[in-house]
Amino acid sequence: MFPLSKTNLLKLFLILSIVLFLFVAQNNFNDYTIRILNNIAIFIILAASYNLINGVTGQFSLEPNGFVAIGAYVTALALLSEDMKWELFQLEDPHPWILALHLDLIPALFFSGLAATIVAVFLATPVFRVRGDYLAIVTLGFGFIIKVIAINNPEFTNGSIGLNEIPTVINLYWTGGLAILTVIFMLNVIYSKYGRAMKAVRDDEDAASAIGINTFKIKTLAFGTSAFFEGVGGGLLAILLTTISPDLFTFFLTFQLLIIIVLGGLGSMTGAVIGSVIVVGGMEWLRFLDGPLFLFGMDFGSHPGLRMVVFSVLLIIIMLFAREGIMGKRELFTLFKRKGKK
Amino acid sequence: MILEVKNITKNFGGVTAINNTSFSIESKQIYGLIGPNGAGKTTLFNIITGNYKPTSGDVFLTGTKITNKKNYKIVQDGIARTFQNIRLFSSMSVEENILIGFDSKAKYTYLESMFRLPRFFSHEKQIKQKAHEIMEFLDILQYKKELATSLSYGSQRKVEIARALATQPKLLLLDEPAAGMNPNETHELAQLLFKIRDHYNLTILLIEHDMKFVNHICDKVMVLDYGKTIFEGKIEDAVNDEEVIKAYLGDFKHA
Repeated sequence: MFPLSKTNLLKLFLILSIVLFLFVAQNNFNDYTIRILNNIAIFIILAASYNLINGVTGQFSLEPNGFVAIGAYVTALALLSEDMKWELFQLEDPHPWILALHLDLIPALFFSGLAATIVAVFLATPVFRVRGDYLAIVTLGFGFIIKVIAINNPEFTNGSIGLNEIPTVINLYWTGGLAILTVIFMLNVIYSKYGRAMKAVRDDEDAASAIGINTFKIKTLAFGTSAFFEGVGGGLLAILLTTISPDLFTFFLTFQLLIIIVLGGLGSMTGAVIGSVIVVGGMEWLRFLDGPLFLFGMDFGSHPGLRMVVFSVLLIIIMLFAREGIMGKRELFTLFKRKGKK
Repeated sequence: MILEVKNITKNFGGVTAINNTSFSIESKQIYGLIGPNGAGKTTLFNIITGNYKPTSGDVFLTGTKITNKKNYKIVQDGIARTFQNIRLFSSMSVEENILIGFDSKAKYTYLESMFRLPRFFSHEKQIKQKAHEIMEFLDILQYKKELATSLSYGSQRKVEIARALATQPKLLLLDEPAAGMNPNETHELAQLLFKIRDHYNLTILLIEHDMKFVNHICDKVMVLDYGKTIFEGKIEDAVNDEEVIKAYLGDFKHA
């Protein structure tokens, strides 16, 4: 069933090396590095799932901050104990449903994803009546709505104060493991009839439906799947940060994910992984630029904000030399495949 | 009767694109739809395939009404089409393009593909085998892994026909299949269409401007002009029909 072809061996090698890396990292690296790696892993989950609807299905949408927020709140509320909730909710008393909500980590993450998926499926009907730029605007509105709902329902979300002291129960195995699983699930979908149909919708939606594809169903599937993993990623983000508030889930989060998937290559899952490492890791690595600079024995003084300038220049250079992103539409394990092989 | 079109009228605002047109196609026929530019031929195609809803009238496929069905459902019922300007999926290989046609034939669920359960592998293998057969039959197997849009025009046409055949249709609609081809390629295409009809037991409805080609392969033709049927019958009789001459060359008798 799994022939030991060159491609499959390469996939296996990639997975094993990442697992090995996680093991080494968790045991040897300092807390700061581990935290950044956690962050990268979560962004891989978010970017890979965002890539399914934006890159693979070609529906330019700007809603992930909404789904991430839903996931983060569900996980946070499920993990906080009843006493903690009484203590935290200062604007209004917590709603009885919120008090009753209590789950372990795995079910909490699962229901975070499920909640986002349910919202996505309901959202699909109005949203997919429009295409292209109009779709972007409609989904952008959804992100804002979620934020407004979070602020204005303090008995459910504690309003603009947000939630804190969320029990942190994760390590790299959790975030890294889920990131690997997410990428594998996404790739499994892409290399199936559903993935082919998604790509067909991206290439030519009218031709796709003329060849027997229910394009609305395919778009909803991609949207729902993307929402599920964004919800799970949101849950992990809440646990990692231990504190969340509506301000965390602004359009800037979506924007960051958009940079990652465009940089990695729209439609490429391994591209999303590489993009996450470069954007999230690179931002941290360039942090020294914000402090006082001593280069080649010279004192350049301190320039707060220099980090963003350098990072933006790097992005421009990468996009100039790799128009379709670093990976284009290819995957890491198909790079060495000979074209035209029978 | 494989296809029956009854009293179809289609208005776009004030323009009547199709005016009370009826015709029917018998099984295994090759039926030609001809007429000057803007006569409403492609509009009629779009009505049959469910892309447009007719203002009035009905379309029947083997006796079942398909008038208000969604276009992807009509494909599953057995009508496949190609486009006037080739519309292949540009990011995909020839094989993948054809596999899309088998979409409803691969019966595994979304979760089965996500978790790579056994049914995924067996059904994928089946449709890949079938796609292989079609590619072999149309002589495009050597391009299997090539990007579909990188092929020559003639081969792209073949891929588009292969993709339509993959949906296992009863009726194949071809919109100007010989457009942009030289006489040699046109001749080859005619032979290919005969071969396809006999091998897959198909009925073919085609729009074409190349009269030599139409004369060679069509059993019956219908001439449309300004959305109206002005002639239906054998092509030999069409060229002597006064109405048809008027539509193509103008009314020179009274000029």
